[in-house]
Amino acid sequence: MNRILVLCVALLVSSTATAIDTGAAFEDPEMQARYENLISEVRCLVCQNQTIKDSNVFLAADLRREIRRMMAEGMTNGEIADFLVARYGDFVLYNPRKSGRTLILWITPALLLGVGGFVIVRVVRDRMKMPIDDDVLES
Amino acid sequence: MARYIALIVAFVIMIGIFAVGLERDPSKLPSPLIDKPAPEYELPRVKDPMSTIGSADYRGQLVLVNIWATWCVGCRQEHNYLLELAARNEIPIYGINWRDHRDDALVWLERLGDPYVGSGYDEDGSVGINWGAYGAPETFLISANGTVLHKRIGPLDEAIWQAEFMPKITAQTGPIR
Repeated sequence: MNRILVLCVALLVSSTATAIDTGAAFEDPEMQARYENLISEVRCLVCQNQTIKDSNVFLAADLRREIRRMMAEGMTNGEIADFLVARYGDFVLYNPRKSGRTLILWITPALLLGVGGFVIVRVVRDRMKMPIDDDVLES
Repeated sequence: MARYIALIVAFVIMIGIFAVGLERDPSKLPSPLIDKPAPEYELPRVKDPMSTIGSADYRGQLVLVNIWATWCVGCRQEHNYLLELAARNEIPIYGINWRDHRDDALVWLERLGDPYVGSGYDEDGSVGINWGAYGAPETFLISANGTVLHKRIGPLDEAIWQAEFMPKITAQTGPIR
């Protein structure tokens, strides 16, 4: 019984041991919240569908370290995003900016919706012009 | 009739988009550094920790900067080609040993040969980040005025060299004879 208990405790502890970045990066809870928010917005380029917050890859750890350094130096979120985009391109941000080359990402859905709406309106109008039933024609 | 033509045009456009999109490798990202000034760096040398090597050493020269590591399979794959390229004396190759262990890097250069003018030892990966590195090997072609002309992610070989690098080099220097 004791052994099982020890095993359970060991398993519980081990799961926290593998967690990424154990312990807070900043003492100030506001900075910590900002940090966690930032790293959950940055793509890990090696494991492309993960954020650097979720990834264990060394590159993600390096990027987290750079972000901590920049935050400690007093850089704003915008400046940090600029730093990352200048090196890794727009793809590095999970929430791409609404400017320049990424504009097409934001416009296309609206554009497609507009085209679809236009087609539907056209089709419906054409049908409304059609006689409602054949009897009317015959009479 | 017009409706059918519109449908066919839409279909052809879709096929075009798929033909381009599906052939692309999403793990290879375009570098935002192309046509921008190459990052400056200064690192301790792999072979001599007491002296440094960096961008200042190749200012005014057309060079290759190759990001490599001993943990990187592609780097092993391209290594013989880099040796061959270095032996041709066409272009100096500067190495950035990225996130590696110095001992391993030394053994690698000893056993396999050293194609580099020198390699900087980027232990914590901060220089790699400035170069936007995410998947070694990465090779950059840097012009004499310090502009990034081309970036290749993945191992080099002669076919890639001729197809991607040579046109950019000859555009800079005129044909190499």
